[in-house]
Amino acid sequence: MLGIIRQKVGAGCSSAMLQRIRPVASVCRSYSSSAKEMTVRDALNSALDEEMSADPKVFLMGEEVGEYQGAYKISKGLLDKYGPDRVLDTPITEAGFTGIGVGAAYYGLKPVVEFMTFNFSMQAIDHIINSAAKSNYMSASQINVPIVFRGPNGAAAGVGAQHSQCYAAWFAAIPGLKVLTPYSSEDARGLLKAAIRDPDPVVFLENELLYGESFPVSAEVLDSSFCLPIGKAKIEREGKDITITAFSKMVGYALQAAEILAKEGISAEVINLRSIRPLDRATINTSVRKTNRLVTVEEGFPQHGVGAEICTSVVEESFGYLDAPVERIAGADVPMPYAANLERLALPQVEDIVRAAKRACYRSVPLAASA
Amino acid sequence: MMAAWVRNSANIMINRFKSKMGSLGMTNFSSWSSSFTRTFPVVPASCAQNLRIPVGDFSNSPAHFRFCSYRFESGKAETLSDDGDANQVLDLPEGKVKFSYELSFISESAEERECCYRVLDENGKQILPSSYVEVSPELSVKMYSEMVMLQTMDNIFYEAQRQGRISFYVTTAGEEAINIASAAALAFDDIVLPQYREPGVLLWRGFTLQEFANQCFGNKADYGKGRQMPIHYGSNKHNYFTISSTIATQLPQAVGVAYSLKMDRKDACVVTYFGDGGTSEGDFHAALNFAAVTEAPVIFICRNNGWAISTPTSDQFRSDGVVVKGRAYGIRSIRVDGNDALAMYSAVSAAREMAVSEQRPILIEALTYRVGHHSTSDDSTKYRPVDEIERWKIERDPVTRFRKWIESNGWWSEKAEIEARNSARKQILHAIQEAEKVEKPPVADMFTDVYDCPPSNLLEQEKLLRETIKRHPQDYPSDVPV
Ligand SMILES: Cc1ncc(C[n+]2csc(CCOP(=O)(O)OP(=O)(O)O)c2C)c(N)n1
Ligand SMILES: [Mg+2]
Repeated sequence: MLGIIRQKVGAGCSSAMLQRIRPVASVCRSYSSSAKEMTVRDALNSALDEEMSADPKVFLMGEEVGEYQGAYKISKGLLDKYGPDRVLDTPITEAGFTGIGVGAAYYGLKPVVEFMTFNFSMQAIDHIINSAAKSNYMSASQINVPIVFRGPNGAAAGVGAQHSQCYAAWFAAIPGLKVLTPYSSEDARGLLKAAIRDPDPVVFLENELLYGESFPVSAEVLDSSFCLPIGKAKIEREGKDITITAFSKMVGYALQAAEILAKEGISAEVINLRSIRPLDRATINTSVRKTNRLVTVEEGFPQHGVGAEICTSVVEESFGYLDAPVERIAGADVPMPYAANLERLALPQVEDIVRAAKRACYRSVPLAASA
Repeated sequence: MMAAWVRNSANIMINRFKSKMGSLGMTNFSSWSSSFTRTFPVVPASCAQNLRIPVGDFSNSPAHFRFCSYRFESGKAETLSDDGDANQVLDLPEGKVKFSYELSFISESAEERECCYRVLDENGKQILPSSYVEVSPELSVKMYSEMVMLQTMDNIFYEAQRQGRISFYVTTAGEEAINIASAAALAFDDIVLPQYREPGVLLWRGFTLQEFANQCFGNKADYGKGRQMPIHYGSNKHNYFTISSTIATQLPQAVGVAYSLKMDRKDACVVTYFGDGGTSEGDFHAALNFAAVTEAPVIFICRNNGWAISTPTSDQFRSDGVVVKGRAYGIRSIRVDGNDALAMYSAVSAAREMAVSEQRPILIEALTYRVGHHSTSDDSTKYRPVDEIERWKIERDPVTRFRKWIESNGWWSEKAEIEARNSARKQILHAIQEAEKVEKPPVADMFTDVYDCPPSNLLEQEKLLRETIKRHPQDYPSDVPV
């Protein structure tokens, strides 16, 4: 990551971090930049490990999660530590093990269901939407569904259309689900722990290309009681001229863009959404009312995307504050091409964000297309 | 009584296997009838028992098929080499496989269809010598009374739908024995994941007529707070999961619940019901496979009623029904006459004993017929002959058959019959009238339970709605408390 500056953010910190069930809404984290480094992979692995050790009802299931330690080694060491009853290798039947996970959650266990990628969750989407998301409501809370669906989401590299799609907007459209999108190791640890402890079904969208990346982590983040609130965005970098919203891998791109923009005298505020549902409309609108300009960034398709929802929120709540049209950067509106050059063109790049921000700030001539 | 019936149920199986095994020789079922409790974590299926199961059973097939049959004796792989050709086996991770020197395919079907276990004939006479689990006079009468209640409830609720008082209904007509007899054979702690044609199980567990009516009328007292269409009952306190409309999703979920019971070492099993149509969903296959692999204590009860809305079973599958699919997944299975309450009760009792004590799944295919229309949205005379419906309704009615049996035992009379039907009718009409009087769920109930605790966006929506109702009261139903 190029020159990411981590800022101390926000208002008062809560002391209620040990709360198991409902993470409080107004927690913020701060830490010094001289902290230890940790990869996102280790952050996820340690979060799983700690939650499994804290709560015997938590178990992990999915294809290759046990003996193989996970297709991306996220479950490394867990089979040895917790045994085959709690780290279940399943047959290749997403619809089957998702249904089994939902059933286990109905009846008191807290499953963490790993999809080898979220592309394969399409096989099981009925269980996620029609069962997990709706059962608490339909049964009038007689059946709650404390389950986590997790795995890599969005584009990896060179794996083509059927392995490279962002499902954030899909799941975020459904009441009853919570949808989390970690970016850094701090996010990964804090949000996965929150997801496992949460009484509702959580879709936890990781990114394969981030697994190996290292981020600084504070002692507090490393503490086993660490947990982040669901539904709260994080201002990764403060600024006054333009707001850039992003989630998952795109947060890194947005931060790089902000660095470039800073050199040209544009001060960009970068919001790491962290939670797509609930969406932290308050943080987004507060920022836009300050900067009066907005660029949204996501890897998914533009139509009915996360950016579309953010635009609507800002139009509804802060229209009078806007000094420029909202710029929406998204993946190209085509299935992901395999060829590396085309793939690059189909995904947002740092330059796209820089250009869009400049346009919004009237520093460059508008382009025909943003991607 | 327990010991007696376990032996009985084992004998049924022994006889069935003996008669089918022909030249395959001796079997040893002793370990089967001695029920044992397995400790957790469980041993792999292959060493769970020492019984010989004929895997390929083609004793009635042409000669070249017969040679393909082999016996499987777990833990004693060397006995495979009967012919002295000890090296002529393929050593695979899941066990050894013998070679055959004939170019032969496994037949797509057995020479004869799997038999159907039955105790009572169509006239309610006990077929001798049939083995079955004994039912006391009191239990028999209770089972019959509940079948009458179920029938009456169906008739009255169906009429209520026709009168426009409720939006939708599904009857259980023709499947009362499957409902009530299976429920009677279970323990209350056993967890039920139903499809939608099993309200009798809930009735048996003590869900009151008022509770049924409250759900169908979607009033404030409904446990689902009026959120689901009629007949989607559910009650935690009766260990009965809220019905899901999507076909077959309950099947893998049942395996998940069973896995949960297993982790908690509970002395209970899961029972899940589904139709013949449901077996075509991928979920059915995933559920059976997972249940076998995880050794989950779950009983799969398929109500094969011949129809899935307008699709006949011949368009649903080309196998010998559903029962044969059990073996393919390594699951012990039985086919039962679903219109014979005594057979149903016996089969489920035996299945439950095996599921709980041996921690294994069991598949039961109950043969029956959907006598009613699929639902109130259907007219089945458009796609099936009326005389077919009439034959099942009149000649094969499970309620009448069971009545004849208890009458022949001197436990029931014409007088008792009239009383039971009158009383059922009165109680149900009363429940409907009461349910209609209860007010609808309040506006607040629209926003609760989407999450464990409502997030800000929902609170805002609720506030907005209340303000709008206040401003335009004439546009909102007056019977919904704000
Ligand atoms: C996933 C899904 N697909 C289709 C339907 C529509 N549907 C409702 S009932 C039904 C037939 C089910 O037949 P069967 O399983 O035999 O049960 P029966 O009605 O005979 O009791 C169908 C296709 C559904 N509810 N869910
Ligand atoms: Mg059917």
